Amino acid sequence: MDVRIQIVGIIGAALLLLVILELVRRRRLLERYALLWLLAGVVLLGLAVWRGALEVLAELVGIASPPNALFFVAFGFVLVLLLHFSVAVSRLTDQSKVLAQRVALLEERAGPPHTARRRDGDDADLVAVDDREGVPSASA
Amino acid sequence: MPPARTALAVVPAYNEAATITGVVDALRRSAPGFDVLVIDDGSTDDTSQLARAAGARVVRPPFNLGIGGAVQTGFVFARDGGYDLMAQVDGDGQHDPAELGKLLAAMEPGVDMVCGSRFLVRGEYLAPVSRRAGIHVFAWLLSRFVGQQVTDPTSGFRLYNRRAIRLFADDYPHDYPEVEAVLMLHHHRLRMREVTVRMFQRGGGSSSITSGKSLYYMVKVLLALFVALARKRPVVEPGDRAPVAAG
Repeated sequence: MDVRIQIVGIIGAALLLLVILELVRRRRLLERYALLWLLAGVVLLGLAVWRGALEVLAELVGIASPPNALFFVAFGFVLVLLLHFSVAVSRLTDQSKVLAQRVALLEERAGPPHTARRRDGDDADLVAVDDREGVPSASA
Repeated sequence: MPPARTALAVVPAYNEAATITGVVDALRRSAPGFDVLVIDDGSTDDTSQLARAAGARVVRPPFNLGIGGAVQTGFVFARDGGYDLMAQVDGDGQHDPAELGKLLAAMEPGVDMVCGSRFLVRGEYLAPVSRRAGIHVFAWLLSRFVGQQVTDPTSGFRLYNRRAIRLFADDYPHDYPEVEAVLMLHHHRLRMREVTVRMFQRGGGSSSITSGKSLYYMVKVLLALFVALARKRPVVEPGDRAPVAAG
């Protein structure tokens, strides 16, 4: 196996792992979504480092060139991750539907929205007579 | 005689300003015992205001939920309000509230849902052939699945009793719910019946099922049917895992 593809594989997998860990550390990625990503990163890194395992895997499923087995595994992870997200999106869709229904029912129960109170007189009557002179201005 | 049952008419409406006043008026005239609840499913026209002015209560989800989510809001309202009966009447004027009496008469003990059908009497309903063909495919399949003649599974002119209300408040299909709902009833050993009704051409607005979407509709409903067949218990019983959970 060409040593260059091994180096590219190791660097790629290591970078992936670092990015995932950093995202979790900054709370940009929830642990439950990070788990699958971490598993993918660790497995890919392991296969890139340990050539023997890759060759065994390639032999097992009938892939002529071991580096292709790496792509094979990576593609498998991509599919699983996408499916994982579709499941997550479906759950969010369901949750937002239930929330929307509850909001709608609560709003109806709360009655009509508050409306502005109409007054007689003009804008000068917005404040009490005594306070009209003393309204502080922006420059004060 | 037992005391009169409490009844709610749920009218799902999406941009039905042209017809909603007529529908609510007709309901209040022909079915004065029914409380009227309009579900304004995120309309951008005056559907809410007109419905309220006509004397209906209006529930308005913050965004468009689609017919399934909208009608389910009505089921939750009916369940929480303790209604004995709930009718579903489209906001586009294709159902005649004067025929609610027929549905009510068919709601005998042991029947959980009565469905207004256009096809019990042949040759009455004039719709594009493609649409009728689609409905008949669903009807044929569904009849086999539930072991009972179902002629118009897409009809949204329905009357439900307490058991059906409770079932559908907990779980109602998302996109095009009518066909799947019949199968759900069957799985939960609830009984349905059909009665003949007339349906008008739409009074205004546009159907949620346009020609471009009809293929998607067919495929989606067929998928939902077969998935529902494979699903043993679509509804969560007390003590089961929550169907919608954050974790």
